[in-house]
Amino acid sequence: MAIEIAPKVETNLSQPANVRRYGKFDRAWRALVWLMLLAGSIVMFVPFLWLVSASLKTETQVFQFPPQWIPNPVMWNNYPEAGKAAPWLTYIKNTVFILIINEVAILFSSSLCAYGFARINFTGKNFWFGVLLATMMLPGVVLMIPTYVMFSRMHWVNTFYPLTVPAFFGGGAFNIFLLRQFFRSLPPELADAAKIDGCSEFDTFLLIMLPLAKPALATIAVFTFLGVWNDFMGPLLYLSKDPNNYTVSLGLASFRNNTFYSRVRWDLLMAASTAAIAPVIIIFFLAQRFFVQGIATTGLKG
Amino acid sequence: MATATVHKRHLSFQARNNIAGYLFISPFLLGFLIWFLIPAVVAFWLIFQDWNLIRAPHFVGLKNILRLAKDPIFFKSLQVTVYYTLVSVPLGMVLGFLVALLMNSKVRGISFFRTVFYLPSIVPAVANAMLWSFILNSEYGLLNGVLRSLGFQKMLWLQNPKLAVPALILMSLWGIGGGMVIYLAGLQGIPVSLYEAAEIDGAGRVAQLWYVTIPLMSPIIFFNLIMGIIGSFQVFSAGYLITDGGPQNATMFYVLYNYKTAFQYMDMGYASVLAWVLFFIILILTLIVFKFVGRLIYYEDVGGN
Repeated sequence: MAIEIAPKVETNLSQPANVRRYGKFDRAWRALVWLMLLAGSIVMFVPFLWLVSASLKTETQVFQFPPQWIPNPVMWNNYPEAGKAAPWLTYIKNTVFILIINEVAILFSSSLCAYGFARINFTGKNFWFGVLLATMMLPGVVLMIPTYVMFSRMHWVNTFYPLTVPAFFGGGAFNIFLLRQFFRSLPPELADAAKIDGCSEFDTFLLIMLPLAKPALATIAVFTFLGVWNDFMGPLLYLSKDPNNYTVSLGLASFRNNTFYSRVRWDLLMAASTAAIAPVIIIFFLAQRFFVQGIATTGLKG
Repeated sequence: MATATVHKRHLSFQARNNIAGYLFISPFLLGFLIWFLIPAVVAFWLIFQDWNLIRAPHFVGLKNILRLAKDPIFFKSLQVTVYYTLVSVPLGMVLGFLVALLMNSKVRGISFFRTVFYLPSIVPAVANAMLWSFILNSEYGLLNGVLRSLGFQKMLWLQNPKLAVPALILMSLWGIGGGMVIYLAGLQGIPVSLYEAAEIDGAGRVAQLWYVTIPLMSPIIFFNLIMGIIGSFQVFSAGYLITDGGPQNATMFYVLYNYKTAFQYMDMGYASVLAWVLFFIILILTLIVFKFVGRLIYYEDVGGN
């Protein structure tokens, strides 16, 4: 995005009228804007700083006033201690299991549906696409209870099925929408050429179009990761009865009321929270451009 | 027989397209049936049942619906949620938009600022709740620490029924980065030529904002408004994890009450009624917003014709 901004600056500055009218004022204004952004950033960043700082404090330091920003001594030991206080490895394993199945299922099934909506002219397409858009508007919690009733009749509560199987059925309206936009932006000649060479519609999809959709697929993969890692309601409904099934979210939520300690251990709780946030931050920095793409597509063209 | 084979062999182009099309979207169609239509039917059936998931359900007619009128917590939860929505959605949108505007004014270090503002919005809900229950803690929380350093009294953010929702609204404002990034992407898509034209016509900064930026951004603002309302009515984790609906039901958000009715009081029929009420509230709100705000929206391709 930084690259996009650069030429705009140039065109704007090359306008003599612009420079003449706003010259000094413009420079002062930009300095002011920059200072406001800096102040805002500090406000936004302080909770993170507070979190990490508390995670490295002794319990007595946590209670100190005025608050100490730099812990002394630095309690690196909080992390292994928080780690020992709950079976995090099991939680991580469960979360990763749900994550992998969701990734595969969502990528495959949403791209199939998106290709159908983007590239094939079948009777009733607009109607079904309208239905798809309508489901995006429906608040998810409205169907929480009947869905739970269905799963409980199927004896799927306390299993991973409720959090994995639905992903195979379309993979979410937002994802279908995002991929459809992407498929529509690809030149149709590619698909036509493949068909003349004898490819079936499915071959065209799998061998020609899907490889070209990698950026959009990466975007969906990233948002699926966020969705699964951050999901709390799902695991709470379906996995909360058996600690062996806990996800990281559920484990962290139950950590506060850990019976291991007679009180809330804020130092350890903050250490565990930091550790739960870390993967999200890391993924963000590794996949920054896919975040931006996803936001631009779903946010703007919706 | 013979005609059938002939038909098969000479399937028209359209028929082949229909078969392929429906095969491709079949996961969505099946999902729509299984995870949407069937639950909707079950939800309708549940309205008329008294059922705790253990004993057999039995038909109670309109009793669940009539209970609404005499349920003070239902009204309380509605009031809490509306209050939260009315403050947090507009405030979050205005702040997000302002920050995006600032970021769009060609200053150095935009990608840094954007990252810092965006990151809080992707923090997992549970970790976010843990962090904020610590920040808002009256004895050793950050917020009171800052207030006390500035010479103010400490406030009982999570124990005072009057302060609990404002505290959670403050927490929600930490997540304005999600909307901000959408605004920023939109702002960067506005052609510079429009501003240049406005400037030649003598428009100053405020006029440019009012006559160029806001009209062109209106579809995005509108989208964020609708999604903000829908999301805000479904707020759950903060109330569940930080305050558990308290103090004195001050943070009993609608979905939290709905959840408790279903899964703590095991009252599936009444909980379904609550869910339907939420559905209609959101539907009506969305329609109202479409009717009254929708006509203010400037759509580029329509306006250009």
